Amino acid sequence: MIDWMKYRYLYLAFSLLIIIPGLLSLFAYGLKLSIDFTGGTIMKLDGLKESKEVVITATKDLSPQIIESTGNSVTIRLKDINQSRADEIVAKLKPANKDIKLSSFETLGPAMGQETIKKTFYAILLASLLLLIHISHAFKRLKFGVSAILAMLHDSLVLLGIFSLLGHFAKIEIDLLFVTATLTVLSFSVHDTIVVFDRIREIMKHHSNLSMYEMANRAVSETMVRSLNNTLVLVFMLLALVLLGGMTTRNFALALLVGSISGAYSSPFTAVPLLVIWDDLRKKR
Amino acid sequence: MRQSRGLLYFIIFISVLSFYLNLPKDISLSKKILNKEFHFTLPRFQLNLKLGDTVFKRDMNFKKGLDLQGGMQVTLLADMEKIDRGQRQIALDSVKSVISRRVDLYGVSEASVKTSVTGDQYRLIVELPGIDKPQEALSLIGQTASLTFATPVYKTDAASPSAQPKLLDFAPSDLNGNDLSAAAVTFQTQDRQPAVSLKFKDSGRDKFAKLTKQYLGKPIAILLDQSILSAPTVQSEIVSGDAIITGKFTINEAKFLATQLNAGALPVPIRILSQKNISATLGDASLNQSLIAGGIGLAVVIVFMSLYYGWLGVISVIGLGIYGLITAALYRLIPVTLTLPGVAGFILSVGMAVDSNILIFERYKEEIRSGRPHNIALELGFGRAWNSIKDANLATIITGLILFNPLEWSFLNTSGSVRGFALTLILGILLSLFTGIIVTRTLLRIFFKGAKQKI
Repeated sequence: MIDWMKYRYLYLAFSLLIIIPGLLSLFAYGLKLSIDFTGGTIMKLDGLKESKEVVITATKDLSPQIIESTGNSVTIRLKDINQSRADEIVAKLKPANKDIKLSSFETLGPAMGQETIKKTFYAILLASLLLLIHISHAFKRLKFGVSAILAMLHDSLVLLGIFSLLGHFAKIEIDLLFVTATLTVLSFSVHDTIVVFDRIREIMKHHSNLSMYEMANRAVSETMVRSLNNTLVLVFMLLALVLLGGMTTRNFALALLVGSISGAYSSPFTAVPLLVIWDDLRKKR
Repeated sequence: MRQSRGLLYFIIFISVLSFYLNLPKDISLSKKILNKEFHFTLPRFQLNLKLGDTVFKRDMNFKKGLDLQGGMQVTLLADMEKIDRGQRQIALDSVKSVISRRVDLYGVSEASVKTSVTGDQYRLIVELPGIDKPQEALSLIGQTASLTFATPVYKTDAASPSAQPKLLDFAPSDLNGNDLSAAAVTFQTQDRQPAVSLKFKDSGRDKFAKLTKQYLGKPIAILLDQSILSAPTVQSEIVSGDAIITGKFTINEAKFLATQLNAGALPVPIRILSQKNISATLGDASLNQSLIAGGIGLAVVIVFMSLYYGWLGVISVIGLGIYGLITAALYRLIPVTLTLPGVAGFILSVGMAVDSNILIFERYKEEIRSGRPHNIALELGFGRAWNSIKDANLATIITGLILFNPLEWSFLNTSGSVRGFALTLILGILLSLFTGIIVTRTLLRIFFKGAKQKI
């Protein structure tokens, strides 16, 4: 049997290697928030003949930003304006671009975004609490619940950090769907951790003389194939959606992909080492 | 074994039923037997149940959300500053009712108007599928309701002055919504019939008294947004400022009328908080692309499962196929409104369903390695895997419920797209537990003989 737990501090160090740059980026650049959070307007114009610059010029006083630009259509982000103002802008561009059309228009007042952030925070708090209770109850010990929740927070930090970097370097925005993805990743992570913990619970039942260190090694070895196969299946599905799926779901799938890889890593290499370290600390005292 | 056979028939029944529910349209079959032609049409399933007052009707079409179908979503803020705290909910319901009426008049099918109260914010979420002139619809929705009482205008026929004068039209009077204090449903003392009571403010009492005196025995129309809501005939002169409209109302009709009248009595200005126009083509292209991507992903998963687990994998893929059929049938039956996040939720639940299978197969292989006979290994594999499947999926359902927010807690998310995702995820997990435990298990018991087959 492989002595997985011998390197338990190495796994945590590796996690930090991913998390710390992400955290630095979070502090330095923050997250690139979409209008779901900041308020504002996003509109897509089709049938543009002139260069994209005319749209910027036409919306100069609304701090325009080009988000996407393909063929003869352009998507821009502006301060929040109403529909009639958008129609005016289109009318202004009409003479030079006779096929121009406002193909999508989305606007949000700034108040709504703040609310979303608050609600997400409450949702994560409530989910953590309920999952802590659920896992501690299912495994009869608090340390299982705490380790699983810590692994789960590990995954959300990885996700937030990576998306902060992606936001800064690849201009990928955080929107309402990202919130959904984060919450899904949390449940994924816990799902995966529970499978490994279940193995420990079973070994504990039959071999109560083993130390946590030995039980952890056995459990990780026995669940490794399942863990790899399951992650592969998820990666197949999500990678297909990231590479081939529609624009609207691409970033969502990307968040899930990052999250599920982190979630698969964190079960044997964060949650279980934490359990072992917890026991180490208990023994020392 | 006998139990397994029974279950197998049950599975076949469920699969055929789901397949039938998923039929796209009527299928007609014609066959020539012994020179005689037989025609037979397999009609498409449609539900139309009636239980007392509640009608349960399903046309079994997939319901597409705005992001797939295209249309407009507007969140409106109702400005309640001038409305008494106690009357705000009534005022909000009235605004909702008025907007629904306008939307209906505008001719949008399957539009929805929902209210949401967060703290001190009273909101309305209006969804209009398939709208192509958003500006026009917006100005229609955004108006503040106006209620006026109008008096009849008669025309006497010049040829026969003795004949009954003809009712020509109604002309607005100086009595309007501002003079009305509130409307409510009441029941008449004699026969307990539902009716609607009107209470006028001081400003309206004298105007109303004058109108009832002048038009005794004639109809007075109540106009909401310039169209007639009700035209009761004045039975007596009313000086107290309290009136009752009677008629052959059902309770619901009386409630509807009272709500609409309140919209005039409690005028609430509304303004746009957020707006989203989605063009149908954008949604379509995006959906197709994602569906194709999902299909490719699924195909890779199928190949992987079959190659890695052999016959076991093939059987589990059949189980997953049945899972897909049942899910699609349920989506049509409930009906679940499909949005892009909803589709993603479904794909995720497929992932979790495959995971259950992998857990079971790995357990099975372990039992075989430790020298147990095939059929015992299978049962043990299921039993042992069940513990982790149960606890793990319960954790996902907990998160799903927090996202779905079934109790409408205002401190949690209430956005439709997140809820759509949560609903398909929860449904998917419950169904995957069913197919994992009943369908795949039974199929394996009957069709998987282990031993010589490669695992």
